[in-house]
Amino acid sequence: MIDSHSIRKNIPALANGVAYLDSASTTLKPQTVIDAMNAYYQEFPANVHRGVYHMSERATAAYEHAREQVQHFVNARFPEEIIFTSGTTESLNMAARMCAQSMRKGDSVLLTYFEHHSNIVPWQLIAQEKGVELLYLPVTENGEIDVEAFDRIIKPNTKILAVTHISNASGIVSPLSQLVAKARAHGMRVIVDGAQSAPHMPIDVQALDVDFFACSAHKMLGPTGVGLLYIRKELHDSIEPVVGGGSMIREVSLHSSTWADAPAKFEAGTPNIAGVIGFGAAVSYLHSFGMDAVNAYITQLSKKLYTTLESLPYIHILGSSSHEHQHGIASFIMDGVHPHDVATILDQEHLAVRAGHHCAQPLMKLWGVPATTRASLYIYNTTEDIERLKYALEKVYSIFHRN
Amino acid sequence: MYQEEILEHYRHPHHHGKLEHATKIQAEHNPLCGDKLTFYLEIKNNVVVDVSFEGEGCAISQAAASMLTDEIIGKPITEIQQLQKEHVLNMLGIELGPTRLKCALLSLQGITRALNS
Repeated sequence: MIDSHSIRKNIPALANGVAYLDSASTTLKPQTVIDAMNAYYQEFPANVHRGVYHMSERATAAYEHAREQVQHFVNARFPEEIIFTSGTTESLNMAARMCAQSMRKGDSVLLTYFEHHSNIVPWQLIAQEKGVELLYLPVTENGEIDVEAFDRIIKPNTKILAVTHISNASGIVSPLSQLVAKARAHGMRVIVDGAQSAPHMPIDVQALDVDFFACSAHKMLGPTGVGLLYIRKELHDSIEPVVGGGSMIREVSLHSSTWADAPAKFEAGTPNIAGVIGFGAAVSYLHSFGMDAVNAYITQLSKKLYTTLESLPYIHILGSSSHEHQHGIASFIMDGVHPHDVATILDQEHLAVRAGHHCAQPLMKLWGVPATTRASLYIYNTTEDIERLKYALEKVYSIFHRN
Repeated sequence: MYQEEILEHYRHPHHHGKLEHATKIQAEHNPLCGDKLTFYLEIKNNVVVDVSFEGEGCAISQAAASMLTDEIIGKPITEIQQLQKEHVLNMLGIELGPTRLKCALLSLQGITRALNS
């Protein structure tokens, strides 16, 4: 059960009375997470995996404990499948680089119209370098990913499916199991961008049958600057590291080196130790409620968000027409008012929403809008926040349409 | 922030549309919100004799474009080139955070760039 009122008491940033509806961008941080990171900085701020003294051992233990917490959170088989990165963007870039190692000119990768720029641009960089082709799954009339087009779009040499789990711009949930089954049938590797799904629903990388899974701590109550790249263990030996440096080596000579075993092989340099500890604290906090409960709460609150917005005739939600597969996010436009003006007036009413293209310009182009206003939910939001949104949107409309 | 004067410029922007006899055309893009404005200037003897702009945008960027185009008609290029961002903010008469500042200054940037090209 999610008791949003007791969760709210644990979030210092909510004390100022803001209705925070921008969690798809980043979530607020519970005191528990802040305390866990402060404890590192105040009590044992030593480097990990190096010192033999007490403080360093303690830091290493806390860092590796976080790895196990995240391992259980996504139900990975082994802790070494959990690679800490700076966030989803770095994770997706790394996964793309790793997959590109075995790709050749003329090979292709399958993406969708719903991808965040961080799952498009890395592939464009690789395309420029290696002559790899980018293919896109289109969108159905209902506004969702067109699974049926899969076999038509792919080519004999399509090697990778790289797909978002939940669209950050629309909240539409991808038909992941169908997509993965099709990719597997064609022997493709699968990369999933879980930046929006991992905070909202139980993730089981084994059941999803993916090779790579990326997410960010800061979108699930954790700190910025830390994220996860899950890499299936079977791939560890065949993948070369994409970042070299300290910690990731076994032996270094002047002209060649050998690699440490994973996870060290894929984590060069001193990591974001406090961030990783905060990530662990965040997933442990979420685990105390259970991700099924988190999912149920956000699903229920999302319905309230969609029905409330649809009760205003001058508001139009973009994306799926049914909202059946839409989760936690509403991207909308208001008749006659630019999204930035909507967001600015909402800010004056002490509501935080996002306005812009949400790092999804191809999708904006498809929708035929330069930008949208986006409201997104998390476990500390209440129906009162949605009522306040409605009231404030009515005010925006009246300001722009008076006389 | 959304005073009647700004809303009036937004609803009925001055000098909106294409300019047939433009001698300089400059497109300006705000990547934060996706807004695109195009500025048309007709310059004779180093004086801006006519100006217009095209494109959709938020109330702040539309009002700034509307007011700024009003302001520069008939002025010599050298005078317009010296306009600073404070001038635009005074003209709008509002305070803006760093993100919305870009909306307000899009026009000045476009017009200055056109004159310098």
